[in-house]
Amino acid sequence: MAYVYALIHILVFPGLLFLVAFGLFAEWVDRKMYARFQNRMGPPWFQPLADILKLFGKESIVPEEVEPRMFRLLPMFALAATLTAFIYIPVWGTKALFSFNGDVIVVLYLLTIPTLTFFLAGWYSLCPFSLLGATRTLTQLFAYEVPLFVSILSSAFLADTWSLSEIATFYSKHPGYWLFNLIGFFIGVFSLLGKLEKAPFDIPEAETEIVAGSFTEYSGNLFALFRLAISVETIVGASLLAAVFLPFGLTLGPVPGFIFYLAKVLFVVVLLSLSHAIFARIRIDQMVSLCWKCVAPLGFVQLVLNMIIKGTLLS
Amino acid sequence: MGKVFIPIGPQHPALKEPASFRILLEGEKVIEANVRLGYNHRGVEKACEERTYLQDMYLLERVCGICSHSHSTCFIQAVEEIAGIQIPPRANYIRTIIAELERIHSHLLWLGVAGHEVGFDSLFMYVWRDREVVMDLLAKISGNRVNYGMNTIGGVRRDISPDLYPEILKAMDVLEERTKYYIQVATEEMSFIKRLSGVGRLTKEDVETLCVVGPTGRASAVARDVRRDDPYAAYADLSFKVITDDHCDVYGRAVVRVLELMECYSMIRQLVKNMPDGPVVVKAPRKVPAGEAVSRYEAPRGEDVHYVRANGTEKPERVKVRAPTLANLQAMKKMLENYYLADVPIVVAAIDPCFSCTDRTIEVNRMDKGTSQLLSWDALRSYSIDWYAKRGVRPQDIRL
Amino acid sequence: MIKPGKMMKLALGSAGKKPATVPYPYKKLTMPERFRGKITADSAKCIGCKLCMRDCPSGAITINKVGEKRFEVEIDLGKCIYCAQCVDSCNKGVLSITPEYELAQLDKRKFKVTYPNARPPEDTPKEP
Repeated sequence: MAYVYALIHILVFPGLLFLVAFGLFAEWVDRKMYARFQNRMGPPWFQPLADILKLFGKESIVPEEVEPRMFRLLPMFALAATLTAFIYIPVWGTKALFSFNGDVIVVLYLLTIPTLTFFLAGWYSLCPFSLLGATRTLTQLFAYEVPLFVSILSSAFLADTWSLSEIATFYSKHPGYWLFNLIGFFIGVFSLLGKLEKAPFDIPEAETEIVAGSFTEYSGNLFALFRLAISVETIVGASLLAAVFLPFGLTLGPVPGFIFYLAKVLFVVVLLSLSHAIFARIRIDQMVSLCWKCVAPLGFVQLVLNMIIKGTLLS
Repeated sequence: MGKVFIPIGPQHPALKEPASFRILLEGEKVIEANVRLGYNHRGVEKACEERTYLQDMYLLERVCGICSHSHSTCFIQAVEEIAGIQIPPRANYIRTIIAELERIHSHLLWLGVAGHEVGFDSLFMYVWRDREVVMDLLAKISGNRVNYGMNTIGGVRRDISPDLYPEILKAMDVLEERTKYYIQVATEEMSFIKRLSGVGRLTKEDVETLCVVGPTGRASAVARDVRRDDPYAAYADLSFKVITDDHCDVYGRAVVRVLELMECYSMIRQLVKNMPDGPVVVKAPRKVPAGEAVSRYEAPRGEDVHYVRANGTEKPERVKVRAPTLANLQAMKKMLENYYLADVPIVVAAIDPCFSCTDRTIEVNRMDKGTSQLLSWDALRSYSIDWYAKRGVRPQDIRL
Repeated sequence: MIKPGKMMKLALGSAGKKPATVPYPYKKLTMPERFRGKITADSAKCIGCKLCMRDCPSGAITINKVGEKRFEVEIDLGKCIYCAQCVDSCNKGVLSITPEYELAQLDKRKFKVTYPNARPPEDTPKEP
């Protein structure tokens, strides 16, 4: 019986089906809000689903000189890593499906895997545009990774634990403490923009410079899996930010808690789409210098602030 | 990473029209750039020799979509000079109004394209939404949104009736307010400025040596504008400023174009206020007497030069078109090298390339034999027929 | 003053307003009156001088003789560049511009449009 429950959790809710459906829905919200910010109509609600189905129906061309096995497996690694990261994130209560001390590190590690697969996909494609996109992906990883880690870990530091479920429990017990982490929230949104490769940090996938970056040679169902991986990564990243920086309303019970969760994730998605609309794409050297000169120090400021608060308020 | 050869073009999302920039990269820095043209050659100059002057006007209008009125007016001015026709002043004013409206249209289009090349799609969408105001106005005045067809030998074909004047002025007010907002965005939005500054630098000496024309040259403080230096149409009666800027880079070119938009609004207001009455066309002969003329025009992209030689028949003997982009392309090599790959699209877009205007003659370079030869029309035709025949294709067998 | 996110106010404001897009083809745009769309002809007035054929830049218009002093105008909508030079060249007012612009066809043969002569054939001037 426990196996059946586990299977339902993994495949349906909050596993594969829920994440894919919510990912496509969030992609629609993102595209529709992006269009509305530009005073246009947007796509209808079924557009992301139609795109994925269309891509599955197309021929998947593997260039002759690439290594076919790695080329085909990399999208599946990306999707698998993002789907797995979700089981540690508390959704409608303070307890996630599985939790242990240290799972915040595991979630962050699992979220780094898709970036590595983008790099490898570009590297294995052997096309000059893909190589450039691949190196840009890794350079961007070096830029936003440290602020992301520092901001999330500073919130965990205040809660004195490395487990996401226990962070949620701590903040539910002390209402209003999450307001201390607001700088961290904005740093988190900033870094999430970099991780998801959205403007102003869509440098690895700059359409006007390097065609499609790492994904230039991908088509058909392999490309569909990459796009699904990015949609699911949006949800997982937004849920992580919601769980770490906006942990209020978690003790109201399953149904109101779930509605709060949906609202929080969609709020983060709308923030992402707004910043997509109002910024131009910056260059990779400007991005690295911006992250290391401005954003990482802010993260350390947040960490020091949390240290002071922990020392004074909680002793 | 070693040196990589990246082909930007002939088909690339950064380019709106085909051209080939073969770039040698080391990491992200551009070490060498080679420019190749010729992908848009349509044989327009040869086609002009087989059509009458009136038909040629429509053909030359379609050399380019955005500077169509420029080419047609420049050609017509040359023909009118050979034939010795003086056109009525009202026709001159109407031609100038359409020319300035086209300049507004072209600069708004450029601003949107520049936004798109740096990834700032919101600016692109908003500016192109406002471009519709100009295009609707042009549709009301001339009958089409692009390729206006206003000119004819001896004047213009249509008159602007006085009940259109308030609409023109209202459109200018709307556009002026929106342009002020875009000037604010272009000068205050940090990410946009960071992408455009310090990129594609051309000093004043470079502009003079490489013969750069148009807003590209005016951004390096070289005040060269055909409307001021050699006034044609109604420009002698207008008071306007020649906008220059001394940033010498892509940001300066953006500033020059946006400020030129403001000048266009004031010019159109002066034109509408001072429009003389009278006829709009004089009768022109079908056969133009022998002679030759060179005519210059300030297209939105720079100086456009047309040369026409007539020999007394209905058809011209030789028409040569030198588009402004051809002059600006010589400077591309200097502007691309030693910058980053990410700057290539915006530098290419900053000269406002219109490769459809540009491609005229072809020089065949045989890379294997190291020689180069210039092929005449008949030699080119027989060369292509032989090339296809060797591959088993006969033109007679093709059914359309 | 350089600051990031200058377009934020405009973007947030537009989110609440009606979009500027016209949902064509559910809502059609009408062109202004003298828009140069399809050219129509009243072949009854045509006298067969063929000035329009001489001036057409693309050779799209043809005048066919269908009887004694009766002519028919045939326009190839695929070749026509909609410049309306034929309208200006005609001295008898046979041709006129309409603002119709949805002229796409799947079959190339449907581009050749003939405007039949509406005058009845007996109505020709009789010999005195």
